[in-house]
Amino acid sequence: MADYIKPLPNPTPETLPFWQAAKEHRLVIQRCTSCGKYRHYPRLLCPSCNSAEMEWASVTGRGEVYTYTITHRPFHPGFAEDVPYAMVTVELEEGVRMVSRLLDVPTEEVAIGTPVAVEFVDVTDEFTLPMFRRRRA
Amino acid sequence: MGEITLKDQCCIVGVGHTEFTKGTEKTVLAMHVESCLKAIEDAGLRVEDIDAVVPYSVSSNLTCNEQLMHHMGLRNVGYSFTKHQGGASMVASIQDAVMAITCGLANNVLFVGGRKGFSDQRISDMAAKKVALPPLPQLQWVMEFELPLGNVGVGTWYGAGARRHMHEYGTTSRQFGAIAVACRKHAELNPNAVMQKPMTIEDHQSSKMVIDPFRLFDFSIEADAAAAFVISSSKRARDLRQPPVYIMGVGEGHPDVPTCSTEKKCMTEMQGFKDAAKRAFAIAGVAPKDVDAVQIHDGMTYPVLCALEDAGFCKKGEGGPFVEEGRIELGGELPLNTSGGALSEAHVGGLNHIIEGVRQLRGQCAERQVENAEIVFVGAYGDFGDGGVAILRR
Repeated sequence: MADYIKPLPNPTPETLPFWQAAKEHRLVIQRCTSCGKYRHYPRLLCPSCNSAEMEWASVTGRGEVYTYTITHRPFHPGFAEDVPYAMVTVELEEGVRMVSRLLDVPTEEVAIGTPVAVEFVDVTDEFTLPMFRRRRA
Repeated sequence: MGEITLKDQCCIVGVGHTEFTKGTEKTVLAMHVESCLKAIEDAGLRVEDIDAVVPYSVSSNLTCNEQLMHHMGLRNVGYSFTKHQGGASMVASIQDAVMAITCGLANNVLFVGGRKGFSDQRISDMAAKKVALPPLPQLQWVMEFELPLGNVGVGTWYGAGARRHMHEYGTTSRQFGAIAVACRKHAELNPNAVMQKPMTIEDHQSSKMVIDPFRLFDFSIEADAAAAFVISSSKRARDLRQPPVYIMGVGEGHPDVPTCSTEKKCMTEMQGFKDAAKRAFAIAGVAPKDVDAVQIHDGMTYPVLCALEDAGFCKKGEGGPFVEEGRIELGGELPLNTSGGALSEAHVGGLNHIIEGVRQLRGQCAERQVENAEIVFVGAYGDFGDGGVAILRR
């Protein structure tokens, strides 16, 4: 495998379950077990009810493109080969958002409202990153 | 005991800065000390009069309070702090100086900041140096969940909101360009400005797309620049060298989600800036319609458009049309960034916006003077929509 030079996540004990699930190709999002609300990015307390009780809940991975940018000029050498590339902000069905790449879509076709589904990409032996692919609505 | 009001208790009494250049041999420390000495001299104060310091820190290598005290031989410091709000830090720190002086904890508060954005810390070199982001704690989620996928830096953080603003309100890239053009027009009248080559909207539109929707001319310039200013009580100000510039109102604000753009409920406003403006106007007892000129920190064009909406100069979503047709240019209804701002004068972390506000109110702006400027709004956003606002008057 060629050397992977893109930056990798540096998980903390609080975020590790996200990456462990990703390695298993599962998308998990924190959910408050007191009031049931999802939140992402991870937090120690629920933003709705302040409870510290939570679980990492499996989610469908389905969502829609909420907004996007297109990088034409890389600000890190790891992405030099990728430009131009779109970063999509996806709003998942559960109401939380993630930022990732949209696989196999030319940058001119990236649009707000496009239905997407998560697809996991094993980038190194240690890390798997969640990315997205277009899906039929 | 009656309620304490911060309104008009203090004045900005001295300002100073280095030459703004693309390349200097001076160290950051030397630039900071130079700026401090100039500001103190401008006020008609002496170094020994300084009893509080507020250095600016966005990333490492910048001068901390103890270094300043050491190198300047400050002996009587009873108050010092550094706020961490990205580009909003300096403006948001004004309220603390006013508070300290009003409560008798300090007499003359010295602010300083700036960096070698061209020589040392060129963002455009980051790609080669593999330095994606400074290791700031507030960037924890961005570093972990966004950077590995390719979301690198302010262009993506604010670009996502900008694209959403364009989607919801029909805002256009040409309207971002109107801000860049206004700043450049003003820079042409300012001998201190780094960029003075005339710019038209068409020039802006033909500049290369960097992070869509942002083009090259949507980003602030890289320069080596440092600046400083001094705040004293209004009583003391009247005896000092310059016409006093009163601090009418101050405010600090933070968004509900201060660590990223992605999670914000609303991605098309800067909630912290909105709150800071509201607080400052409330203390000042004036409204946006009373303001004669605005100095808004412009790390990029779009956040300024958003800031004008969020502060109430126009309705949310109307920022695009608002900045067109010369409204924000000298001679227009609401001149913006009359020294050229970070887009054309230099990026000095909001310090040059504060200084320009002061100079306008002193009547020291020569060709770029806003006639009869009575009230100037100084605002800065930072990180993911933090805000700092100071409303100044003569």
